[in-house]
Amino acid sequence: MKQFWAFVKKEWYHISRDYRTLLVLIGMPIVQILIFGYALSNEVKNTRIAILDFAGDSYSKELTDKIEASRYFETVTYLRSMNEIDRSLRSGEAKMVVVFPNNFTQQLVHQHESQLQLVTDGSNPNLSATLINYINAITRDFQTRVINEVSLPYTIHVQTRMMYNPQLLGAFTFVPGVIALVLMLICTMMTSVSIVKEKELGNMEILLVSPMHPLAVVFSKAVPYIGLSVGILSIILLLSVFLLGVPISGSIILLYVVSLIFIISALALGLLISTITNSQQVAMMISLMGLMLPTMMFSGFMFPIESMPIPLQWISNIVPAKWYFFSIQSIMIKGLGMEAILKEFLTLCGFAIFFLVLSVRNFKVRMA
Amino acid sequence: MFSIEVESLTKKFGSFTAVNSITFTVKSGEIFGFLGANGAGKTTAMRMLCGLSRPTSGQASVAGFDVYRQAEEIKQRIGYMSQKFSLYADLTVLENIEFYGGIYGLTRGEIKDRGEELIERLDLRGEEEIMVAELPLGWKQKLAFSIAIMHRPSIVFLDEPTGGVDPLTRRQFWELIYEAAATGITIFVTTHYMDEAEYCDRVAIMVDGNIRALDAPEKLKRDMGLATMERVFYSLAREATRGD
Amino acid sequence: MRKMRYILRKEFKQIFRDPAILRLIFIMPAIQLLILPFAADYEIQNVNIGIVDHDRSTYARELVRKIEFSNYFNLTGYSNSQKEAMQWIEDDVVDLFIEIPADFEATLIREDEATLLMAVNATNGTKGNLGAAYANNIIGEFNRHVRSEWVQWPAFNPEPQIEVVHSQWYNVHSNYQRFMVPGILAVLLTMVGGFLSALNIVKEKEIGTIEQLNVSPIRKHQFILGKLIPFWLLGFVVLTIGLAISYFVHGIVPEANIGVLYVFGGVYLFAILGFGLMISNFTDTQQQAMMVAFFFMLIFILMSGLYTPIESMPSWAQIVAWINPVTYIVDATRIVLLKGGTFTDIRFHFLVITLGGLVLNTLAVWSYRKQT
Repeated sequence: MKQFWAFVKKEWYHISRDYRTLLVLIGMPIVQILIFGYALSNEVKNTRIAILDFAGDSYSKELTDKIEASRYFETVTYLRSMNEIDRSLRSGEAKMVVVFPNNFTQQLVHQHESQLQLVTDGSNPNLSATLINYINAITRDFQTRVINEVSLPYTIHVQTRMMYNPQLLGAFTFVPGVIALVLMLICTMMTSVSIVKEKELGNMEILLVSPMHPLAVVFSKAVPYIGLSVGILSIILLLSVFLLGVPISGSIILLYVVSLIFIISALALGLLISTITNSQQVAMMISLMGLMLPTMMFSGFMFPIESMPIPLQWISNIVPAKWYFFSIQSIMIKGLGMEAILKEFLTLCGFAIFFLVLSVRNFKVRMA
Repeated sequence: MFSIEVESLTKKFGSFTAVNSITFTVKSGEIFGFLGANGAGKTTAMRMLCGLSRPTSGQASVAGFDVYRQAEEIKQRIGYMSQKFSLYADLTVLENIEFYGGIYGLTRGEIKDRGEELIERLDLRGEEEIMVAELPLGWKQKLAFSIAIMHRPSIVFLDEPTGGVDPLTRRQFWELIYEAAATGITIFVTTHYMDEAEYCDRVAIMVDGNIRALDAPEKLKRDMGLATMERVFYSLAREATRGD
Repeated sequence: MRKMRYILRKEFKQIFRDPAILRLIFIMPAIQLLILPFAADYEIQNVNIGIVDHDRSTYARELVRKIEFSNYFNLTGYSNSQKEAMQWIEDDVVDLFIEIPADFEATLIREDEATLLMAVNATNGTKGNLGAAYANNIIGEFNRHVRSEWVQWPAFNPEPQIEVVHSQWYNVHSNYQRFMVPGILAVLLTMVGGFLSALNIVKEKEIGTIEQLNVSPIRKHQFILGKLIPFWLLGFVVLTIGLAISYFVHGIVPEANIGVLYVFGGVYLFAILGFGLMISNFTDTQQQAMMVAFFFMLIFILMSGLYTPIESMPSWAQIVAWINPVTYIVDATRIVLLKGGTFTDIRFHFLVITLGGLVLNTLAVWSYRKQT
């Protein structure tokens, strides 16, 4: 046991002396939290639009003012002819052009109806649909408030309650996602690469002839990463709670227990990778392509799993991060207990055991 | 005619003086040994002469060119082989020959002729197409040396070239060095194997960044009244205050 | 020039001999472009909805039917207990539920108005918001329907109507994959250019061969060019594979002359290779280079407008986005591939990336020291 800790200590020296890597490992989650928390948002606002006003009369001007006053839009240019629309949209100068036909006001007053034309840049169809919705809403509002104030009969009101996240913060989704991603990065990628590095430099032989059991040698490389992971997890949690205001509604102990299981399964994966390759670049690639990417895509933190085609939904089930993401969300945000995440918890345990057994078996085969 | 002239050459890293004002000359065609314990400053001194490291102060010229101003001219005229393995393991024997020949500006014909000759001399016929990674260590080092002198440099720097090699191979390696010296190439070699020191025409012994002795091995032994270079070295290095 | 040829030959041999790099170059773009666009779909469909019906009147049933037959929702729970519905949300059986109070129909007719309750699981803010919006739409439609049953509008409509008509250009079928594919292609170019070049140079440091090159008469620029040119060319291979997959799998027919895209890609690769070179200058091991490269790639990609619009960012973040080279390639690829943009449309992109490339490469060459 004393030898084991000597090995762990040696590994810790390696990690703590490579300050560039350490800086990245600690800096990455912090920067991610800041970017997701303060920079990125799917909310549509200040979208650049162009106005093409053939009417130039009172209502067209009034409606233009209303559109410009909303926080969704920002008029960047006034066009003069239909021919200019293509250029404006194509270069990305505007995402939408609002066209007022001739005699906008007159038609509205005399014929009680008028038309408003929108031309949108559909390359991002979601954005395009949202812009159209906003203009619709503004126009409807303009219609009832400015033109005629009528209260309609037989109205159904809807009282909506946004549960768990009344301000609709994106942080509630991405904090658990960032945690899963970073733990995967440290545990799987760093562990596999650092073991393979010893192989590449030929140090592995030296370690393996030491009186310690070969498996203990390998495990001793993993231990410091567990410590590092728990430390970084704590940093992320502190930032989320105090900076972004994401609550930890459930049990912190349970949160750490589940995280530990996930860390162990990720480490086991790292060991597994290190048994099947001898080059750092390959280990990095497998970690990056085979693990990081699926973690980002299939854990449900960037893209909703329900919208994916069915085969991809199946695939998402074999990504440990998906189960982890789900448990973390349930514990942190919904404040649920063990009984609610039992299925996810057991699945994670299953992954951990499966990967451990597989990597140990693989390791023995290689030794023989 | 001197190949290398060094005067008061000094290298400091911060407050640490790695090489402390050393002065010596190396004659053309000489085998010059640079002895010292790890950390004595011999690799640092050599790196300055190769243009890999900029001296803090002092003068040095290699093949008649100044190390400060004419590093590129020097590089054209020297060969170098370091303790770290210097060939590409993922290229074949022949490809390594072609590459290094090419970057030293040899013509296609020269590369072909000298490559053939080299393969013949090292007894590598039939192995030209295998990856260098698959060669035994001794052969790799002999190949690395032969490639380092393929462009016929006037001086070749060898930084602990025989580390980790068995005595027999080391012997063969020194035969290659003698052959090269016979063609007029100056050999500048660092080592901590004392039997190798005996092979050199002259040796400099470095202790803590200073040259403590410089002469032919026979003369050093005689002057100090000791039987082997090993004894000579130990009696000088005992005073060392720094090590690994 | 002759030396250059030997250097390039060696680099190419090493790249093509390393199965890991080859896989990275050929298989990665294929997999990413095949799978990612299908997975990266923000469109929210199949929202699970539950109904708590305390009324069980004709109107209530009608509303339930309307929801059941909508495209957005799966009706996965129907009950008359609010407690049960809350449990559904906890267990993720439903994403939201609508509660129809007792006497809903009677109240609506008698008092001219009635209230429905809706509870939404907003853990995922975007999804919760969208689900609520869909539900509001259906309820609004139902409301109009009820109204039309009771109110006889005069033949002459007293309420002036503004009809909003729209046409969506460049992507008539609202295909989200069309939007994602060019962006992913741009990211792939960045990975090949930034990541691989950095790793490759650092590898020579790690195994020690760089020393041997440093004492040779190879000039600084020759060594650097020897490292950059192969990856520059490989970038074009990736671009071509990517365009082929976009065409054959995703049906994206380039709307304009893709020569413009190749030229822009070339300039962009030049810039990003300079960036990779910088990373390799400031790191000593492949592990470090990988971590540092990964760190910056992640920031670049997140801040590039690939997933979320740049306009939605706060102004400091927008500044970051417009310093970020990935922003320009993502935008330019979309302009050319989807909107048929020409050189004129991306001339600003050209200008910025050319200048950026010059700055990055100057810094890189300057910080690459042959001598310590």
